[in-house]
Amino acid sequence: MLDSAAAGLPFREARLRLSTIFWRRPWLKALALLALPLAAFVFVYLGALVALFVSAFWQINDFTAKVEHVWTLDNFNTLIHDSVYRRIALRTIGLASAVTLTDAVLAFPLAYFMARIAGGKTRALLFVLVLMPLWSSYLVRIYAWRTILAHDGALNWSLNKIGLPNVGLLYTNWGMWIVFSYIWLPFMILPVYAALERIPQSYLEASQDLGGRGWRTLRSVILPLVLPGLVAGSIFTFSLTLGDFITPLLVGGPSSSFIGNVVEEQVGQPNVPFAAAFATVPVIVMGFYLLIARRLGAFEAI
Amino acid sequence: MAVESRAETERQHPVSPVAADVRLDRVTKNFDDVTAVDDVSLEIERGSFFALLGPSGCGKTTTLRMIGGFEEPNAGTIYLGEEPVTGKPPYKRDVNTVFQSYALFPHLSIFENVGFGLRRRGVRGADVRGRVTEILRLVGLSGMEKRKPRQLSGGQQQRVALARALVNRPRVLLLDEPLGALDLKLRKQMQLEMKAIQHDIGITFVHVTHDQEEAMTMADRIAIMNGGRIEQLGTPGELYEHPQTAFVAGFLGISNLLPGTVSAMDAVRLDDGTTVKVPQEALRGRSGRVAVGVRPEKIRLGHGEENRLSGHLLETAYVGVATQYVLDTRAGNISVYVQNSEPGAQQAVTGEISWSPDSTFVVDSMEGAEAE
Repeated sequence: MLDSAAAGLPFREARLRLSTIFWRRPWLKALALLALPLAAFVFVYLGALVALFVSAFWQINDFTAKVEHVWTLDNFNTLIHDSVYRRIALRTIGLASAVTLTDAVLAFPLAYFMARIAGGKTRALLFVLVLMPLWSSYLVRIYAWRTILAHDGALNWSLNKIGLPNVGLLYTNWGMWIVFSYIWLPFMILPVYAALERIPQSYLEASQDLGGRGWRTLRSVILPLVLPGLVAGSIFTFSLTLGDFITPLLVGGPSSSFIGNVVEEQVGQPNVPFAAAFATVPVIVMGFYLLIARRLGAFEAI
Repeated sequence: MAVESRAETERQHPVSPVAADVRLDRVTKNFDDVTAVDDVSLEIERGSFFALLGPSGCGKTTTLRMIGGFEEPNAGTIYLGEEPVTGKPPYKRDVNTVFQSYALFPHLSIFENVGFGLRRRGVRGADVRGRVTEILRLVGLSGMEKRKPRQLSGGQQQRVALARALVNRPRVLLLDEPLGALDLKLRKQMQLEMKAIQHDIGITFVHVTHDQEEAMTMADRIAIMNGGRIEQLGTPGELYEHPQTAFVAGFLGISNLLPGTVSAMDAVRLDDGTTVKVPQEALRGRSGRVAVGVRPEKIRLGHGEENRLSGHLLETAYVGVATQYVLDTRAGNISVYVQNSEPGAQQAVTGEISWSPDSTFVVDSMEGAEAE
């Protein structure tokens, strides 16, 4: 071999050997790809979750206000037996369900129009309109709704104009329901749109061909095939509402606390173990929700 | 399945008019500025197997979709039997379609897929079960009722699509390239099976395909479409033996087309000066420039027949059942098929070929068309 060629050779050879090693062991390649996200997942996500669960079983010393690492179920006992916390949990879950249902009902027709009827330009315009609220801050949008729902706000002004009496929606559960439904609506529209768009036109034609009119085609063909999209969207709307504490604070009334508000308050007390115990409730609720969704066959098409 | 009965299926056609199941009266369909179907009139006899054949973009699928109700014609009327159906939605037409992609509902079992149309017609309970079971047996899928479409092979899915349409006993069954997704061997098998099923149940089949062999194997009558119009309509034999246009001659099998000029009531002078005899009816009053056609398998080696040409051998290709010779003559290149009926016997090619006037057809000159 020539000396001049040999100069650059060791480097080249090492590279070749390295790529051969990866080529021979696919698992090594997968590991190299996943190492970083996996580390982040284990330490940041699972770590935080485990810390949450573990600290839920600790308690606070009433005098020193220090966390004592003693295993106890006291926190959970309080949660189950104190009607205040039960009411807050039920309010949170109930409102999350109502918001999810509302968004599903609102999103389906719009997504259907976007996916299957609108032309390219109309569709693009609707996409922009659906996504535009997400460009502005969540807080700004909530404050905007406060000015709409306020006693002398835009809503009552309009109602008075057409001769209707004032309504007091701000600082009520109804107000929260409206604001939550508005804020999370795009998260329902997008997955439902994607599911609708994936249905081949030929399925709808086959249904018509076999005698299925509009309503029958919707019920027997479209809805079952859109179900995964609806479930995906509902996971967003449900879990985002479940974990929120800002809208209840700004739009809900004094008796409209959510689980999140109690958690925040307890962390500030500071009673971190009790906050942790209450914070596990949404996690458990979501777990059950996903189980039911799987039972319904929502993930079969994924 | 009764594939054997295929042997009895003959391509006879009563000359007396049989009631038409489908009739298109001057139907035109435009998509924006493209005319997909251009003033097409057509009658499809009751109980026949009819094929719409042509290259992609010829308007055959659009024609089928208009019969099914998925597209509305811009002009003209479509009749099912005596009833005009133009403007009626698909669910009000007594036709069913086998879609190219099968379009089986993925979330429903095979039983529910096949029973879908029956339930829409108000058939209930045991009747649904009975008819679904019967039709699944007919297509050879007994016992598959509980499976989902994705658990079936492509060929099985194709049969489910056929069963789902046939179980409704429609007046007309529409088939949109139903075998396009299958491999060659399965396709050949399904061609014969579908032909046998059609023969057994006697429903009118309208079949869209771009595969000339498939159309000829299955159909009683074929309409060859090109550029939104029907180029020629006839039995497979008529179309193959007596193509009326260069397009039909070229689309169905291989043909040798030699340009020339009509020189007598029954003769054409080729451009090299040779005169070939043609049947009088083949000329059909044509004069001036034409093209003379002859199928490769109708040509003999040597000067045994009346129409003769000479040239020298360009190529030889062994294709199994036959050997193909390509000869360069002064009238043009000519392909000849010689059957390999005796093992190992390669014929000596002298460059002399001949064929009978009866095997000769005449089409309009291609000289204008070639520039396209």
